[in-house]
Parts: sequence; structure tokens; C-alpha cells
Amino acid sequence: MKELFLKIFRFYYDGFRNMTIGKKLWVIILVKLFFMFIILKIFFFPDLLKKNFSNDQERSDYVIEQLTQIK
Amino acid sequence: MIQHFDMSLVDWSRGQFALTALYHWLFVPLTLGLSFIIAIMETIYVKTGDPVWKKITKFWMTIFGINFAIGVATGIILEFEFGTNWSKYSWFVGDIFGAPLAIEGILAFFMESTFIAVMFFGWEKVSKKFHLASTWLTAIGSNLSAMWILIANAWMQNPVGMHFNPDTARNEMLSFGDVVFSPTAVNKFLHTVTQGYVLASIVVLAISAWFLLKNREVLFAKRSMVVGSVFGLIGIIMVIYTGDGSARQVSKTQPMKFASMEALYEGQSHAPLVAFGIMGKQEENMPGKHPFPLRIEIPGMLSYLADHNSGTYVPGIKDLIYGNKEHNILSLDEKAERGSVAIQTLKELRDAKTTDPEKYKELRAKFEDPQWMKNYFSFFGYGYYKGEKPSTLLPNVSMTFYSFHLMVLLGFFFLLVLLLALIWSIKDRLAGKKWFLWVLIWTAPLAYLATELGWLVAEIGRQPWVIQNLMPNLAAVSNISATTVQITFWMFAVTFTILAIAELKIMFRQIGLGPKEGGH
Repeated sequence: MKELFLKIFRFYYDGFRNMTIGKKLWVIILVKLFFMFIILKIFFFPDLLKKNFSNDQERSDYVIEQLTQIK
Repeated sequence: MIQHFDMSLVDWSRGQFALTALYHWLFVPLTLGLSFIIAIMETIYVKTGDPVWKKITKFWMTIFGINFAIGVATGIILEFEFGTNWSKYSWFVGDIFGAPLAIEGILAFFMESTFIAVMFFGWEKVSKKFHLASTWLTAIGSNLSAMWILIANAWMQNPVGMHFNPDTARNEMLSFGDVVFSPTAVNKFLHTVTQGYVLASIVVLAISAWFLLKNREVLFAKRSMVVGSVFGLIGIIMVIYTGDGSARQVSKTQPMKFASMEALYEGQSHAPLVAFGIMGKQEENMPGKHPFPLRIEIPGMLSYLADHNSGTYVPGIKDLIYGNKEHNILSLDEKAERGSVAIQTLKELRDAKTTDPEKYKELRAKFEDPQWMKNYFSFFGYGYYKGEKPSTLLPNVSMTFYSFHLMVLLGFFFLLVLLLALIWSIKDRLAGKKWFLWVLIWTAPLAYLATELGWLVAEIGRQPWVIQNLMPNLAAVSNISATTVQITFWMFAVTFTILAIAELKIMFRQIGLGPKEGGH
């Protein structure tokens, strides 16, 4: 079992180490993921219903109130 | 009734979602199609043992890798937007989207990311057959990813297989099969992925044409063109076939979109299809009516497209606004009245829940009565437009019309180009036809244009609905500041433009290096 994990590790390790163009692409991917999950998700895109209400009942009540609030 | 909604917030939220989706969609179709093209090329390599095919496969795999890396996860932003900008919508659809998106995340994404590593790193480390299997599984995985997302989108266009729970304000799935195998979902999936195959084939042909024009890597280019043209030709035939299926579905489930695609104002039997038309400005006090100073029509073709019967009555925009008793078409006013009853019933149910158990029970029973649900709840979204002008419930007719017609025109142009590419590839006469090689190069941006136009038809044509007939965009949007949405809109515009430029720069550099140097 240990050998199998080592084999898989070496497979990925060698693969990443021998990349040429791939290294540049990984930098782009990591910068993009950092921007999306750290900057955007935390500062700009909170899940509003999760953030503002503590349980599903409150969320349901709020949405029903909003959906039926017509003048 | 709609005055108390912040339409600027609705417009900016829509704009932001459209921007994100359209940018994301720049990367997806090439991934969908190129993954299968690579798998076909590698299969030929494994069957023949010819090292040229290995070189060809590795070059296109690098192009695939660049596109995949730049495009990967750009779609996640759409999910962020659901939770922030469209929180009421997310709550309303929650249970329906949960299953397909969870399957997408677990099955397809892991399938893709596991086998993609073998595909790129495993050339000298695993057997030829295992490597080939990994390449095919990457292709299948990426297409399965797309399938679940498209099923979710199809449900928004034609909500089926669910029941609305008035206590939670959520739609609950009744039949997974109805959601997954609805004709809208099947046609949408097939039409969308096959146009990805066409786009990828055209990109392969365009890059190969560039090599032929430069008189470089001639054998590589010619062989790539044979695979690209065969795969593309099969793809475009499928696109046309599934496009026909999609049109029939749209005519049944989204008649206003169907009428807008053709700018058909007056409904008619033997309705003609506009083969070519230039629209004038919308006529005053006649919402949706545009004169045509120039129009070439194919008699009966629109009726045929709607039902495979040239005598079928196709409702026009006027019928859908003012109703048509002869053809059992309700007016917008009638639908708004019924929708308003559904909204009012939901409001009363909510109030009665804690104050009047008997009334609650009586109202709750309505939401379990299929007839009441059909007669009232199925028009829920129209209730927001009670007393409003009909124009508030119309999509942008001219944009839908032009997007549809340009997309179809480009589709038939691709059919011609791919057919010629295949014939001249087989006869080995492509290298001598420089004009055609230039045509192939310039067809690549047109393929991107066509695929984006397809999205415009699907999404602009269904406005104002986020969920057809049930939830308009103004009821779906969160109560947040329009300024926040504007800030993130411009942030995305800049970020995605940088990504698109990065993709083009890296890709063009890699293409310039050619297959000999192509590594990953």
C-alpha cells in the first residue's frame, strides 16, 4: 500500500518537475484560484442567506417575505 | 407593481452574470471538442504505431492544456454570483440544482482531474493502452461536466420534475429522470457540446492552415486537417440536427422566445422563416412589432421548424401579448392576474401559518392540487407584472432575431467550409489553395462568435425569466447595492480580459514553436 502511494507521489512529482510550458500555466492557475477564493469569495461574494440567517427556517421566511412583497 | 424593484441593480447583476458566462464560454467549447480530437489522434497512434501521430497528439494536447489551464474554474465565479447577487433565486431552485451540480463536482471533475494528469505526465510511465484510456476518459469527463451544468440551465428554461414547497419557498425534485431527460435538457446538451466539437475542429483546421501557409510541418498539418474536418463535419451535422430539435422544444415551452427569434408579430399557419432580413425600428405603441424594409422568406418553414408540419399555427408576439382564444393562448394580462393570485395565496399562507391553522390547511391544500398549480402557480412569475405594460415582459426582439439568424448563417457557412476542407484534404489539394487556407484561419474567430451568439439567443430570448414563467430576474436578484455589483463587474472585465490575452499570447507562442518543440 505504501509503495503504491509512493508510486503515485513520484508520478506527480516527476510530472510537475519535468513540465516546460506547464509551469507558467500552473502559476496562472494558482494566481487565479487565489484571486477567486481569497479575494473575491471572502470580500465580494459572501453567500448572503448563509451569512445573514442562522437556519433554513429563517431563510425560508425571508425569501417568502421577499417574493410576496408586491405593492 | 415593478416600480419598487431597483432595475439598475437588476441590469448590473444581469450584465455581470452575462459577462462572466460569456467569458467562461470562450474557454469551454474548445476543451469539449479538442479533448475528443486528441483522443481520436492518439487512437490512430496506438493502432498504427506511427510516431508522427504521437507528435501530432502531443502538440494538440499542449494546446488543450493551455486552454484548460486558463479557463479552469472561471465558471466557479458564476456559483459565487448565485449566492450573492441571486440569493432568492438560489434558494428557490436549491434542491433541483443541488443534485446535478453535486454530481458534476464529484464525478466529472474528479474524473477529469485524475485522468488529465495521466494524459500529460504518463506518456513514458504507463502503458500505451492505459494512456489512451485516460485520454478518452478525460474527454468523456469534460463533456460530462458540461452535461450537468446544461441540465441545470435546461431546467431554468423548462422547469419540470419538481414540486414547489410553499412552506420553504423551494422547489423539490420529484423525478430526477424528468429533470435529466427532459427533451429541453437532451437537446441543449447535444446542441451545445456538438457546437464545441465544431469550434475545436475549426481551430485545428485554422492552426494547421497557418502551418501550410508557412510551408512548415506539412505532414503534421495535413493529418491534423483530415481528423479536424471529419470530426467537424460530423459535429456540424449533429449541430444542425439538434438545433432543429431545440427549435421544436423552444416553440413548445418558450413561445415568446420562438416568436422573437423570427420577430414574428402576427401568428399564422404556414408561417415563413426569414432567410435574410433587415429590421426597422420598433413601431410605436406596438411592443415587439418591427417592420422589415428587406426580407427574404422561406414559406411554411417556421411552422415546419416548430412542429415538422408546415401547416402548424405559430403564435406571434401579438398573440402572446393580447391572447388568442381560437388557439387557446392566454393574454399577458390574464397570466399576470393568475400569477398575482398565486403570489397572494403564498403570502396569505405565510401569514396564516402562525395565526390561523384552519386557513393555513385550506391554503396549503391548494399547493397540493395539480389543477390549481397548473392554473395559477405555473404563472407565478407573471404576477409581478400585473398592471404593467406588455413591453416589460418582452425580450429584446431585435437582438434575439439577429443573434439567431447570424448563428444559423454561420452554422451553414461552417458546413460548407468543413465539407470543402474534407474533400480537398482527401484529394491532398489543400496546400495549393492559399485563399481557402486564409478562409480557414478567419473562420476560427467566427466559430467563437457563433457559439457566443447561441448563448445570446438562449438567454436574451428567454427574458425576463430566470426560471421560465415562475421567477423573473427582478424577483430573483438580491437586495444588495448596485455599486458593489458595478465594482465587481469591472473587476471581472479587467481580470478576464487579462486571462484571455494571456491565453492567446501563450497559445500563439506555442503554435509558433510547432509540434517539434511542443512539450508540456
